[in-house]
Amino acid sequence: MEKRVTFSKWTVGILFAVPQLLLIFTFFYWPAGQAVYWSLTLQQPWGGGNIWVGLDNFKSILSSADYWNSITASLVFAGISTGLAMFIALVLAALTDRQLAGSRFYRVVLIWPYGIAAPALALAFRFILAPEAGFMAVVNRMWPGFWDPGLDGVDAMASIIAAFSWKYVGYNFIFFLAAFQAIPRSLIEAAAMDGSGVVRRFFDIQFPLITPTIFFLLVINITESFQDSFGIVDIMTSGGPANATNLMVYKIYSDGFKGLDYSGAAAQSIILMLLIIVLTIFQFRFIERRVHYR
Amino acid sequence: MASITIRDVTKSYARSQVVHGVDLDIASGDFVVILGPSGCGKSTLLRMIAGLEEISGGTIAIDGTVVNRLEPRERGCAMVFQNYALYPHMSVAQNIGYSLKVAGVPAAERTLRIQAVARILELEPMLDRKPAALSGGQRQRVAMGRAMIREPKVFLFDEPLSNLDAKLRVQMRSEIRKLHRRLNATSVFVTHDQVEAMTLADRLVVMNGGRVEQVGTPGEIYKRPASRFVATFVGAPAMNILEGVVELDGLSLLGGSRRLTIPRVGLPVGAKVAMGIRPEAVRLVAPGSQGVLNATVDLVEELGAGRVIYVDLDGAAFSVVTSETVHPAPGETVGLKISPEDMHFFSSETGARLDVFKASVPVPAH
Repeated sequence: MEKRVTFSKWTVGILFAVPQLLLIFTFFYWPAGQAVYWSLTLQQPWGGGNIWVGLDNFKSILSSADYWNSITASLVFAGISTGLAMFIALVLAALTDRQLAGSRFYRVVLIWPYGIAAPALALAFRFILAPEAGFMAVVNRMWPGFWDPGLDGVDAMASIIAAFSWKYVGYNFIFFLAAFQAIPRSLIEAAAMDGSGVVRRFFDIQFPLITPTIFFLLVINITESFQDSFGIVDIMTSGGPANATNLMVYKIYSDGFKGLDYSGAAAQSIILMLLIIVLTIFQFRFIERRVHYR
Repeated sequence: MASITIRDVTKSYARSQVVHGVDLDIASGDFVVILGPSGCGKSTLLRMIAGLEEISGGTIAIDGTVVNRLEPRERGCAMVFQNYALYPHMSVAQNIGYSLKVAGVPAAERTLRIQAVARILELEPMLDRKPAALSGGQRQRVAMGRAMIREPKVFLFDEPLSNLDAKLRVQMRSEIRKLHRRLNATSVFVTHDQVEAMTLADRLVVMNGGRVEQVGTPGEIYKRPASRFVATFVGAPAMNILEGVVELDGLSLLGGSRRLTIPRVGLPVGAKVAMGIRPEAVRLVAPGSQGVLNATVDLVEELGAGRVIYVDLDGAAFSVVTSETVHPAPGETVGLKISPEDMHFFSSETGARLDVFKASVPVPAH
């Protein structure tokens, strides 16, 4: 049944693959290899030789309280923003699926946030959530000192979570809506005939049938929350106040390019990579079991 | 067991009206088949009874209660869908028992009832399987089981056999009939397949263009079609239609100089009519004798038990079903003998039946 293109000579196939392989090698394997090498050496800040130090970089990072604070902040950020972005998108998509007039309009409008570069949207949110002016200023007027992301670490974390979730709600919505639409109408009607109400139908029929999409989005959202958060943190909080929002991806940048500790930053990026790999394996091993593939 | 009363029901969408004022009475325990070509509004009518489609006008009452405003679950109907609509993530047992689970029936009782239904439908060995692991016929049975377990007042079938192969379809047809005899629940079955309709129905409703053309037993519909549409839609091969003008002593057929003797009954001279004759009612005789239409054979279809002979009658296609041992070859001239009592007449303008034989054609009592 499956149609595959086959080449009579294997050389032709290799030739087609070469451009892609070249790109992957140049922009992924080579830098990744360099990072591994750097993480095992001590690089001079202004170039000119290095010293092999083995696992010393890792040892010093893992014994630093700052670094563990950064891991905690990253996990909190990943957990809350993924949960928020997926939950809001799921609710919106479920509501849209029921009354579909103008759904093409929603689709276009809701994919826009995903198309906006993280620093640009971060700047917008910096203004929106500024304590001195705008909406949050009104709240501050009512409860003085309620909101100040420049001073309060929790407020700062909430700000970057809001910005990141806003971007991914649209992305998730598109996938959720497509998944809901792919459920045959007659299944919903059959459930209605079986006496199941709107809410019950959602939990008994629709939700189980979109679990493949939920799982896919979970993996993507968690991975992206570790990586795509850099621009938002850089513009909105610069990791502050008092390292409250110094996420792992931002700490790599600030330690490496501001602190000129290339080796430490390289070791951190290896740890971040391993963390994402472990989380993804965990999701495939333990969460995918609950997914119903049709 | 419930009767269904449909009064002047209409359905319109934004731009078009698809059901125009349908009136229908379905007696308690009846097996009613709604037959019509695709797009005639038959499925829409069924879905309006089920509550899956809003009723634009008129009323539908089940057991005397108007259900227009009721949710599907409050109407006491169960439905078997064309594509079965089984829940793909649930096992056969869960599929069948879902309505009981929703209704809050305790698990122990649920299991007993699922097993009882599975026994009737011979689904016991596959209760733990998912629908994806079942054959078409088995899925069909699960869909029926899901409808049966609720012991509904009304069974609704939306072309449930059209996805099955021919052999399975015949088998499921008789199973549905048996099931109806056993449960005796009011059933409404929608199909475009006339064989299915004729074999299943206590009463047949023929629909066309959003209107009911005729309601009657399969025998009545076959023997006394109420309109030209019903005449040509029910029966295979379709009824032959010859257009003509009534004259003093017969019917002058259009498109040629042929004349046909017709019974002396109240058709006004000069009226344009369509004469219908079933292919089974035409007899093949030697050409050239008195009162016989000569025609050239186009094509012979061998059916084993008989054969269908397609002839050319001055450009009009005409078919004859015969079991006689004549083997006319294409190109040969044959004579067609048509008895006046087998003729049906329809108005050329409205297509309505012109009742010339009211007294002479016996209609079986029912």
